[in-house]
Amino acid sequence: MTALQGGARPPLAVHRREGRRTGPLWVYGLLILGLVLMVGPFLWMLLGALKPQAEFLLSPPTFLPKNPTTDNFSRLFSELDFPRFFFNSSLVALVVTVGNVLFCPMLGYALAKLQWRGKRLIMGLVLATLMVPAGITLIPNFVLMRNLGLVNTYPGLILPFLVGPFGVFLTRQFMYGIPNELLEAARIDGANEWRIFWQVVLPITAPVLATLGILTFLGSWNSFIYPLVMAQEPAMYTLPVALATFSTGQYQADHGMLMAGSLVLVLPVLIIFVLFQRWITEGIATTGLKG
Amino acid sequence: MSAPALTRQTVAEPGARSATPGRGWRQDLTGWAFAAPFVILFGVFLALPIAASFVLSFTSFSQRDLINPIGTSFVGVDNYARLLTDPKFWKALGNTFYFVIVGVPLTLAIGLLIASAVSRGITRFRTAFRVGYYLPVITSIVAIAVVWRFLLNPDIGLVNVLLANLGITGPDWLASKTLAMPSIITMAIWRNLGFAMVVFIAGLQAIPVMLYEAASIDGAGRWQAFRYVTLPMLRPTILFMLVITTIGYLQLFEEPFVMTDGGPLDATLSVTMYMYQQGFEFFKQGYASAIAYVLFVIVAVIAFLQFRFLRSEDA
Repeated sequence: MTALQGGARPPLAVHRREGRRTGPLWVYGLLILGLVLMVGPFLWMLLGALKPQAEFLLSPPTFLPKNPTTDNFSRLFSELDFPRFFFNSSLVALVVTVGNVLFCPMLGYALAKLQWRGKRLIMGLVLATLMVPAGITLIPNFVLMRNLGLVNTYPGLILPFLVGPFGVFLTRQFMYGIPNELLEAARIDGANEWRIFWQVVLPITAPVLATLGILTFLGSWNSFIYPLVMAQEPAMYTLPVALATFSTGQYQADHGMLMAGSLVLVLPVLIIFVLFQRWITEGIATTGLKG
Repeated sequence: MSAPALTRQTVAEPGARSATPGRGWRQDLTGWAFAAPFVILFGVFLALPIAASFVLSFTSFSQRDLINPIGTSFVGVDNYARLLTDPKFWKALGNTFYFVIVGVPLTLAIGLLIASAVSRGITRFRTAFRVGYYLPVITSIVAIAVVWRFLLNPDIGLVNVLLANLGITGPDWLASKTLAMPSIITMAIWRNLGFAMVVFIAGLQAIPVMLYEAASIDGAGRWQAFRYVTLPMLRPTILFMLVITTIGYLQLFEEPFVMTDGGPLDATLSVTMYMYQQGFEFFKQGYASAIAYVLFVIVAVIAFLQFRFLRSEDA
């Protein structure tokens, strides 16, 4: 696109650049101001997590901690059972991610490349449930789990999210673009559909699976209303449930500890995001638009 | 659950092996074998509950029916009839629409503005801006709500401390009937504009540069280029974002749950929050299911209307 622009009409390109020259400085200025507003609350959280409780009572309040301390973090681990919540969140998110990355592409492949009766029905179901609000399945799922004896258990937290229409849609859209000749060649070589799926299709789909895996993990890690209902004993709390419960209960004025708890909840996600930034933003942009 | 699903997969494998293109039931078997894990889990935990909540909404299901769900009694449309005359439900519905009608356009407009600035206004540090603005999107709403509640704390929150430095006495944002919802809307815009930005950047990049050159030859200025090239070309992207954001915002829950508990005086009570209260604080699951279904229908109708309206205008 740029080559076309530069090659075909040089004078215009120059003209456009001149038009922009007045732009950049104030555009940068506004964008940086916006960036400060975006990052500010995170900074406020970090600084708050490092302040001893007494410092919150000072007037005027401090911005930077005067006597930085890790006391808030140690109290999370001694007074509250944060290691346990962290474990619960990690376990649930990992299993849910594995389930989605394994099962969704299986159906995605069947929908994209196989001919079978019932395919249109299943495709219709996937599309129809793509946007169903989470709240609608909450109560019946709770009743179901109660009767299966799965409230306050890991299966209770995991099972409903082991597959999802989003993952199927995502992988199906991608696999649809894989040339049929490639699959035919494998079939002629005597490979069955299961082997074609594992050895030909999945390796090509790897980038999409990475995006799906990261998005699924983040979604599960941050999910709230469902674990809030399904984890009623503190031992089964996930991090968001624990944080919400303590912040609206007896610890609501314990700002230092709440900021430390928020940090524990946010930090793993920030690390994942910084490491896999491209997979996340580009995955969303491209897949979202194909919808 | 996952183990049996896997076993079934391996059992079905021999069938798949002998399948050759063009052969009926073997192909069907292969297809369903691939679909099995999804279909079973999806059927039990998504399709069944959607149907079940529809049935539940016509019952007086409550705490004691949990042990014996079959024993609950059907009450016809009583739950829906009661909703119509429940002032708290109407309040929650009004609040939710307030949140959507103010929040969605602002989120999209600011997201588009920043997307234009990042992809056309500047040439350097694009990734840094993209990452920075996207940061809140991937963080837990609960954590964000906890941090913002502290930011908006009337005495020691950063916002009022900064205002005090300017000689202004800041209000108690979340305790004010008029300011609580705007505070929550501001936070939602802050959290979601990065998502809109990323999608709009992709949309903007797909617009051929030639169109802007043609517009510029015709003497169009920046605003006219935006109005007559960018906006029409971006229509599918805007439509997509409008639907996605509206559906998300209609389900407002975490923010009032953590920040205001629906208060003050129900000023931030949302439909999902009212459903949660009815279902899990008062244990009226039948009534709560009716609330959930009303929300479901609203989501479906609005998504349908937005597609219809914006598509037809295009044609």
